[in-house]
Amino acid sequence: MVRLRNLFAVVMLFGIYSFLTAALFVTLDAVDVAFTEAAVGAGISTFLLLSTLALTVRREKVHHKRNLIPLLVVTAIGATLVYGTLDMPYFNDPHAPVHSHVARHYIEATEQEVGVPNLVTAVLASYRGYDTLGEVTVIFTAGIGVLALLGYRKRGSKP
Amino acid sequence: MRAAVQPYNLVLRVAAKMLIPLILMFALYVQFHGEIGPGGGFQAGVIFSAAFVLYALVFGMGLARAVATERVLRVLAAFGMLLYMGVGLASLFAGANFLDFNVLAQDRVEGQHLGIFLIELGIGMTVAAVMMTMFFAFAERGAKS
Repeated sequence: MVRLRNLFAVVMLFGIYSFLTAALFVTLDAVDVAFTEAAVGAGISTFLLLSTLALTVRREKVHHKRNLIPLLVVTAIGATLVYGTLDMPYFNDPHAPVHSHVARHYIEATEQEVGVPNLVTAVLASYRGYDTLGEVTVIFTAGIGVLALLGYRKRGSKP
Repeated sequence: MRAAVQPYNLVLRVAAKMLIPLILMFALYVQFHGEIGPGGGFQAGVIFSAAFVLYALVFGMGLARAVATERVLRVLAAFGMLLYMGVGLASLFAGANFLDFNVLAQDRVEGQHLGIFLIELGIGMTVAAVMMTMFFAFAERGAKS
């Protein structure tokens, strides 16, 4: 069991975790996802967390009273999630739903229908363009949220 | 967060000056090569904003803000989204489904290429602008107090 009160170290550990996840994606041949994980997860997230630390404090407050409810909630949710994974098909299972629905069509028809060599781009931008629009909207909304919370200065006051 | 890491650090400045053009170039490569290799608008936008973050950290907020002003970033973020949705609407007006790129050009594959190029550009703009907005929002708040 690892317990850290130094939030700077926690942020660094998160960054390392992100990089390891990116490496895992590379070994799974998902270079696009690995790229995103390395750029967003390890790069920008770490950086934003560090800037948050710079605005707040570096050490977690020590609570002397023990509160068991959060532990129970986390354990229950974790157990539910693990229970959910029991139904998942095995890795590389050729009969997994992900291989038997539209994936075959994407692999076979992308060359004629979209004509780009990178299947991931074809799926993200063309076949699933509507989902990607949603993702961009999420990013945009996040930007608006940050601006609303932190960005506005009072009129007349110089930055 | 301080406005600049060091008031004057020669090594840092020279290293940053050498790295920033390469980072920007790599971002553009990832942006426009995303159809062929790994990458795309999301990654390109993040890398592009990383170059600005590095610049702002080394040379100070004021100089970075001279290029990436609040207005520029806001317009860029909104324009990226509008470009994305505009491509969708264009295909709608051309008689196909929303975001169906087949009708954007004479040839079906050409239409797909054009559509993917435009929406990746929109994604890249929005992501880069939003990431920079977030960075400046955090950093300037720290510099103020």
